Amino acid sequence: MTEYGTMLMVFAFAAVVAGALLGLPRLLAPRRLTPVKAEPFECGKDPLGIAEGRFAIKFATVAIFFIIIDIELLFVWPWAMLYRRLGWFGFIEMMVFMAILMVGFLYIWRKGGLEWE
Amino acid sequence: MSPIPAPPVVLGPLLPSLIVVGTAIVVLLLDLLPPRASKAHLGTVALAGLVGALLATLRTWGSGGRAFHDMIVLDDYALFFHIVICYAAALIVLLSMDYLRRAGAESGEGYGLILFSTAGMMVLASANDLIVVFLAIELMSLSLYVLAGLFKRRREAGEASMKYFLLGVFASAFLLYGIALVYGATGTTNFDRIVVAVGAGPRDRLFLIGLGMLMVGFGFKISSVPFHMWAPDVYQGAPTSVTALIATGSKAAVFAALIRLLVAGLRTIQPDSTALLWALAALTMTVGNVVAIAQSNLKRMLAYSSIAHVGYMLVGLVAGGAPGAGAVLFYLLAYTFTTVGTFGVIALCERAGQEAVEVRDYAGLGRRHPLLALTLGLFLLSLIGIPPLAGFVGKFYLFGSAVRAGYVWLAVIAVLNSAVAAYYYLRVIVYMYMQEPEAASASLAPSFAGGLALAIALIGIVLLGVMPAPFADLAQAAVAPLIR
Repeated sequence: MTEYGTMLMVFAFAAVVAGALLGLPRLLAPRRLTPVKAEPFECGKDPLGIAEGRFAIKFATVAIFFIIIDIELLFVWPWAMLYRRLGWFGFIEMMVFMAILMVGFLYIWRKGGLEWE
Repeated sequence: MSPIPAPPVVLGPLLPSLIVVGTAIVVLLLDLLPPRASKAHLGTVALAGLVGALLATLRTWGSGGRAFHDMIVLDDYALFFHIVICYAAALIVLLSMDYLRRAGAESGEGYGLILFSTAGMMVLASANDLIVVFLAIELMSLSLYVLAGLFKRRREAGEASMKYFLLGVFASAFLLYGIALVYGATGTTNFDRIVVAVGAGPRDRLFLIGLGMLMVGFGFKISSVPFHMWAPDVYQGAPTSVTALIATGSKAAVFAALIRLLVAGLRTIQPDSTALLWALAALTMTVGNVVAIAQSNLKRMLAYSSIAHVGYMLVGLVAGGAPGAGAVLFYLLAYTFTTVGTFGVIALCERAGQEAVEVRDYAGLGRRHPLLALTLGLFLLSLIGIPPLAGFVGKFYLFGSAVRAGYVWLAVIAVLNSAVAAYYYLRVIVYMYMQEPEAASASLAPSFAGGLALAIALIGIVLLGVMPAPFADLAQAAVAPLIR
């Protein structure tokens, strides 16, 4: 039961922080609505456009490269938590995994995938 | 903190696929080194890896093993499929060395992806667990989605790649949901334990729904009607050598998993699955053949023809048992050689600097290039099923097994379909030998690699047609350990 109690506390803390971030400006900040502010938030882009509009492919490739690092973290973190208990077996397995991952990273790098222009 | 014991690591049963994956990584790394201008050596390395995997497979024959808690099984059945898949992939690498170079699309990632998808197919053939099936299908398909769009500058290639990807992930979702439901009904994803769990209790609705969803996923990957809509567009838009890989290797691998699960494993629910397969087989044959008649683009026509051939192979699944499954294995071998060869000739034929893909582009080929025309003619005759070529013997075994199992009507439908199919295959031959070419055309000169691929495929179909007995025995021996 105590584990679930901890989780509830995490949820409660998240709710308090998010509520404060949304609620405090409503109480404190001045509100002057302009047409620009009333637009749906689109990262500074015009929210309306033609369906066949073009995006630079660079955004997509960077997002995909991020996944490589992201998935690496997903596996490395639990491994690091249990590092001592897993011993040499865990170490070698992780090095094999990292080596294969690094081939992909090396490939991206040498092919110029990390250059923005 | 007590140490966690290390699980046993047995990599032996994965050796053939590991060789292919290792070669793929080497190809990617070599691609980064000079010479940058020429990629010819990468094709040779890829070919060497596939031949190495083939040798490793042949050496393991009869002495397989299990690994990863029975998730991977390397029995003779898996090894048979390893041979088919490695042969197909090696022929396709040979063709690519000619075709992609002329198209200016030869690249390290092209060969690397062919190898990665081949590794996925090989793992799929030895998968004994639904999770491994899913992983292998994804490894195979993700590589094929990218390969379909290898011609980056062509509009149809983008369309093919995108369509294949969107519909493919949709089918994968069905597959995954089916796996979840089967797990819910039986409490395991392992084939052996699923069979035990299903055999013990009464028929479970949840399990049947899960199995139905698995069939949707598998049906998409082998392009059986009504899940075939993607095939013509993808076959047409993808580079021809990649089309050959999609049409042969990926279908063979998915059939491997399908037979292992349905024909060998779940014999207790055979009445239900047979009714489903009967309908699928009849629909797939008929729709594939009838629509193929209306096609004027040769690659589209062959796409529908390959749908029809999937229908014939499903006839073998309906027949079931060792004769049916063995017949499907033999047919896959014959079909792989024939189809790779047919697409190979198309890849080598050019017309005014463009690929020759329309049927009328082949007018007068018999006079312009007698040898190439003869080769294509033989492959097409094998697809019709004219003796003494491989296609005839394959169909004979398939339909024979259906008749002996008591599915006479299905065999009648299949034979009628073969007669319909003869029309559109023969039309190409008529164009080649009895029509005048529309305009003057450049001479064709296949390179050594392309010629070698066609020669191997041609020898294969003649050999399988003239003396089929050793290969049929091999196929029967391969299914024997599954069906005891």
